[in-house]
Amino acid sequence: MSVADGAKRPRVGLLVTCLVDLFRPSVAFAAVKLLEDTGCDVEVPLQSCCGQPAYNSGERAKARTVARTMLDALEGYDHVVAPSGSCAGMVIRHYPQLFEGTQDEQRARTLASRTWELTRFLVEVRGVASTGARFEATVAWHDSCSCLREAGTREAPRTLLRAVPGVTLTEARDREVCCGFGGTFAVKYPELSAAMACDKADRLEETGAGLVLAADLGCLLNIGGILRRRGSSVKVRHVAEVLAGDTQTPAIGEGRP
Amino acid sequence: MTLHRLRSAAFPASAIRALGDRQLQSNLSRLKGNFLERRAWAMASLPEFDALRDEAVAIKDHVLEHLDTYLEAFESAVAAGGGEVHWARDDAEARRIVLGICRDAGASTVTKGKTMVSEEIGLNEWLESAGIEAVETDLGEYIVQLAGEAPSHIIAPAIHKNRRQVSELFNRHHADLEDRDADDLDGLLADARTVLRGRFLAADVGITGANFLIAETGQTVIVTNEGNGDLTQLLPRVHVVLAGIEKVVPTLEDVSTMLRLLARSATGQEMSSYTTFSAGPRRDGDADGPEAFHVVLVDNGRSALLGGATREILRCIRCGCCLNACPVYGKVGGHAYGSAYPGPVGAVLTPSLAGLAETAHLPNASSLCGRCEEVCPMRIPIPRMLRHLREQEAQSGRAPAAVRNGLGLWSAVAARPRLYRRLTSLAAGVLALLGRRRGRFSSLPLARSWTGTRDLASPQGRSFQSRWHAGERP
Repeated sequence: MSVADGAKRPRVGLLVTCLVDLFRPSVAFAAVKLLEDTGCDVEVPLQSCCGQPAYNSGERAKARTVARTMLDALEGYDHVVAPSGSCAGMVIRHYPQLFEGTQDEQRARTLASRTWELTRFLVEVRGVASTGARFEATVAWHDSCSCLREAGTREAPRTLLRAVPGVTLTEARDREVCCGFGGTFAVKYPELSAAMACDKADRLEETGAGLVLAADLGCLLNIGGILRRRGSSVKVRHVAEVLAGDTQTPAIGEGRP
Repeated sequence: MTLHRLRSAAFPASAIRALGDRQLQSNLSRLKGNFLERRAWAMASLPEFDALRDEAVAIKDHVLEHLDTYLEAFESAVAAGGGEVHWARDDAEARRIVLGICRDAGASTVTKGKTMVSEEIGLNEWLESAGIEAVETDLGEYIVQLAGEAPSHIIAPAIHKNRRQVSELFNRHHADLEDRDADDLDGLLADARTVLRGRFLAADVGITGANFLIAETGQTVIVTNEGNGDLTQLLPRVHVVLAGIEKVVPTLEDVSTMLRLLARSATGQEMSSYTTFSAGPRRDGDADGPEAFHVVLVDNGRSALLGGATREILRCIRCGCCLNACPVYGKVGGHAYGSAYPGPVGAVLTPSLAGLAETAHLPNASSLCGRCEEVCPMRIPIPRMLRHLREQEAQSGRAPAAVRNGLGLWSAVAARPRLYRRLTSLAAGVLALLGRRRGRFSSLPLARSWTGTRDLASPQGRSFQSRWHAGERP
């Protein structure tokens, strides 16, 4: 919506992410819409997972086997975009290390250099100032650790949300503190993970916002899991849905009315 | 080599106990932000902070590459100043050396300024068992010693206790003094001072740690906020410095670079209240100082880390900043780690020194959020090293079978995207059907480790890829 007419339409490969694929296809459809709206040709090559669960569990060989399927699937695109700081961060920051010294090292580096977290891609690469969505809500933004520290996403989602008429963006305390998800950590040390998530849910609830948004479904399932368990009225969604104008889909952990 | 009182194998149970300890949770919540906010302020007022970090990293990396050279230079410089350097390969040798020095001095009482290595090697118990009284003089360390506990934070050893708990301890142990109210902070402080003054004067040997050892000058450096380090080393006849071999830096100039990072990272101070340089025994004409000066350099597994995947942990200057930044430490406190070195730095250092057999929980009990690396003044890549330790664990076959099998199955499927798409779509469909009404699960047989503590959102329906493959578009 802000890209110069006549410029060649970039080919974008969507890195769906396994959590979105499994739990929340509406996020991927929203991502496709947002990318197409800004003049990209979006393709979804057959894919599975970025390999992060194995990588973070110290299973490098398994991680490499899985990640190699991603190198194959996502090769040749102008850009690769993920609706997740975590999976994007895995490719950007960790694939080069994971494939270091293997014959795939250069492919991994190339893919890393072309991969983006969705909101940052929209703002920084496509120059999007507003996605054209409208939505009445006070929202609290949750910074995922991977957005902050791996994918370089901090301001982009805030910029896009502030541009949505009707949205009031609030900031929680302890924004840079982890929500306790951490992938397999959440199930290896569930009490600890949940205690961290409870603190995070407290910080988000005390903003008074009715909706929590983030760019990572892992965090959202975790925070949402706590909020639903405690009967909170605060809803939880992926930012792509709001930016794409899809707020009819039930929020995370909510049934169909 | 061993680490004293290593209880890291009990991490899961210790963590759960800590989470259920309301007093501890309340005490820990006061820690949150406090130090880090001050650190942020201190950083903001020093624009060259990041450049200093780079400089400090370069200094320390250089030292670690030439550690033997600088340690020998340090030894010569200490000898030239009339002091003596002792080399301890492991904890047992370090304890023997220190006890030997104390016995030679005919010591019955020893005062101690803050030394982490002493916790690492279990020095206090060792001295006590030899009939020598060891008195901690750092207020926080004094408190935990009275409580029969170990420090729970690198720079704030008694952070897990509040003033009520401290006043109860003091009232119980300071039998000669009047009972104090928990709100009477000045009174509590005065009591500690009164008791410790007596110990300072009675001590035959003073043992301190070292924040830095200077190869060029043979000095050792210690920073404190209470001045207890000075009294510990000036009043007794003998001063023993107990330090890990990684503490050496080439020059006095290098120390000034490090000092600019240390206090700012630790407490947000520009400088600690006291920075004490010790340069050997009292010389003719000196107004004060000990008659003898010993430095015990402790290896205890450190040299084995050089050149290995966790070598950067030897850059650590023990500012404790990573503990303050760590969400796990913030929830479980220091004792749950079961090691003298808690928090993120401990989760790397403890297994690196003691092996993974009893410590494998430490690198695993992390969400890898990366905040420790972000705040570390020495830019230690802690998450990368935690991952490396997990890898070591996996390779040794020590990882729990359920985790290994689960990951094995998952990766076998994920490596075949077409099979993956079929299976996940099926799984998503089934779960969506089950969770259709409420949109979530409060309990799910195979996901109890999730649903035991929080709800699990149900999938929306078939997987995205199968819908896309079937031609659905936004």
